[in-house]
Amino acid sequence: MSGALLIRGGRVIDPSQSIDAVRDVLVVDGVLAEVAEGIDPPEGAREIDAAGLVVTPGLIDVHVHLREPGGEHKETIATGARAAAAGGFTAVCAMPNTDPVVDDPAGVGFVLAQGVAAGAARVYPVGAISVGQEGKRLAAIGEMVGAGAVGITDDGNPVMDSGLMRRAMEYAQAFDIPVADHPEDLGLSGVGVMNEGLVATRLGLHGKPNASEDVHIVRDLMLADLTGGRIHLQHVSTAYGVEAIRLAKSRGVRVTAEATPHHLILTDERVEGFDTDAKMNPPLRSSADREAVREGLADGTLDVFATDHAPHHYDEKEQAFADAPNGIVGLETALGLALTHVVGEGLIDLSTLIHRMTVGPADAFGLPGGTLAPGSPGDVTILDPNEAWTVDRGVFLSKSHNTPFHGRELKGRAVFTIVGGRVVWQADA
Amino acid sequence: MSEPGSSLGKDLVGLEGLTSDQILTVLNTAEPFKEISERRIKKVPVLRGKTIVNLFFEASTRTRVSFEFAEKRLSADTVNISSSGSSIVKGETLVDTARNLEAMRIDMVVMRHGSSGAAKFLAERIPSSVINAGDGSHEHPTQALLDMLTIRDHHKKIEGLKICLVGDILHSRVARSNIFGLLTLGAEVAVCGPKTLLPLGIAELGVTVFSRIEEAIQWADVLNVLRLQLERMEGGFLPSLREYNQVWGVSRTRIEQAPKDLLILHPGPMNRGVEIDSDVADGPHAMILQQVTNGVAVRMAVLYLLTGGAPDTAEAAKEGAEV
Repeated sequence: MSGALLIRGGRVIDPSQSIDAVRDVLVVDGVLAEVAEGIDPPEGAREIDAAGLVVTPGLIDVHVHLREPGGEHKETIATGARAAAAGGFTAVCAMPNTDPVVDDPAGVGFVLAQGVAAGAARVYPVGAISVGQEGKRLAAIGEMVGAGAVGITDDGNPVMDSGLMRRAMEYAQAFDIPVADHPEDLGLSGVGVMNEGLVATRLGLHGKPNASEDVHIVRDLMLADLTGGRIHLQHVSTAYGVEAIRLAKSRGVRVTAEATPHHLILTDERVEGFDTDAKMNPPLRSSADREAVREGLADGTLDVFATDHAPHHYDEKEQAFADAPNGIVGLETALGLALTHVVGEGLIDLSTLIHRMTVGPADAFGLPGGTLAPGSPGDVTILDPNEAWTVDRGVFLSKSHNTPFHGRELKGRAVFTIVGGRVVWQADA
Repeated sequence: MSEPGSSLGKDLVGLEGLTSDQILTVLNTAEPFKEISERRIKKVPVLRGKTIVNLFFEASTRTRVSFEFAEKRLSADTVNISSSGSSIVKGETLVDTARNLEAMRIDMVVMRHGSSGAAKFLAERIPSSVINAGDGSHEHPTQALLDMLTIRDHHKKIEGLKICLVGDILHSRVARSNIFGLLTLGAEVAVCGPKTLLPLGIAELGVTVFSRIEEAIQWADVLNVLRLQLERMEGGFLPSLREYNQVWGVSRTRIEQAPKDLLILHPGPMNRGVEIDSDVADGPHAMILQQVTNGVAVRMAVLYLLTGGAPDTAEAAKEGAEV
């Protein structure tokens, strides 16, 4: 867009350039122009006074389910993109497990077009690995990338055939995109609906062992090693998985990996009482696993903080535990949860968190943005790390309200979300 | 949510969380109700004017009939709904089914459902009392109560006894309710079965784990032999029924090795020649039909207590006094 936006006097944290200082940020015609002290406002520039606030590259969430097409009662690309903006995100990567599955260039084009029409956070489509996510034949990977897909994944129905996964990781290299995997051996998961362990045993719920995730994490790392491809491991939840990724990274395997807010904060004890808002996949695990995920985020083994935003209509969650679908919404709580329970509890500093929410995800998926370097997209998030607020799912912009964090008191949230130099969301003063 | 005067609260969802006083209250209240079923006219006015819905989403003969006898012998008005031939097969959700029943002004729902937690789910959403008649692999509290009543009839106590549950613990709501209830009453509890059918972390509940039936028989005062669902072979839990019988089956030659006078329970329906041999099921150690008889009395006691009946007036109530 044309015009200029000057953000004055905030504490600018841009891990991509190792900046942590009070600076002004100037965006001109939708593009980052300058980060410096005492910038003179161009004529007609809009100005935002960011004194006392933190100014970062626009936050990126590489793992969201926007449900459109096919699940519009849960979320649409428009409501999801607005929820993202309200959570401080300037870009999201939409998973392809919709109905129909996004496994061809037309599907990719549809998601892109709906994202542009929403005019909120940018929406980057991720295509399927296999046709229909059925794990049998490769989807039209090259054509999808040509249409704008930034990666491929069969998230929601992981590829069981290791031979096909190998081919996907080989084939995708021509297009320099990551193959993202929801690592889960469905045979080991069986009919499990929560973490296998004492809580599941007491509640009479079938468990998924850590091994169902670990087996595929290790498989994927071996295939990345074999093929030289880029693997992106989604929502890592186990201690062994974190350790395996750490080892693979030290050996030069091209792997990036996610930590979700819920796996950083909750354990399977949250399922007590059969609360379907604590049902997700991978499930909430033990406290030892949670600690390992936290350490992984801190030391960079897990480079990306991502929500796995998974909206479901309340009727769908209003069922007996085993019958309810997996997943929770995350876009509007992630930043506050991270600031409160990750930074606030001293696990990592603010700059490291911003790294995991900007340059970390941008690098994993080769996205523009994630930086305030001149010439990059004019995507900026301004946050108030000190504002106290209480999660109220009744005011979510997402169509769905399935969160285990309702009522939780948090400290810190986004106050301006700026995409291409345009304010797409602003907190109530 | 406690109903005034109910020593159990509004619902009976499970035995986990109940105190030993509450469990003993049910067992003690069942005692005077046993006699009703021995009368020529098996009916007393204890629940006259109460409306009870038996809502069975899974097939059941014994439990459903037992509840129905208990309700009718206490003069309640009952309606039976099973999943086939009802609105459930038309896609109605559990919560909608329950709310529609509630709108007809009922007092109590007895529910069996295939999903763990379904009873609690329902109890949290309707004001009527809910009795769990089995939810998934979670709990089946009245079964465990009748098991305990049967054990107590024989041994005059529960505390200090050694009780081993044999078979498919992983999928068993009967096992979980027995474990929670028996441990609360101070019994020693063990489980025995192939490791494929023992849930992870079961020992952390405070139970001993035996992998061989011979060890369990050496240890136990009571064996509660669980039904082996015949479809378990398909999940890869077992190679064959024949092998299960050979390794874990409760046979006469095995129980003859018991150092103590062993009591044999089975919640039914039995697979003769699989988990239990006929000469054990029909032999002097088996309490299987006594369990069924006690089931009616225990369910009467639960119905009586949940509708606000006081434990110490059960005797008077069954003779016609208003409760």
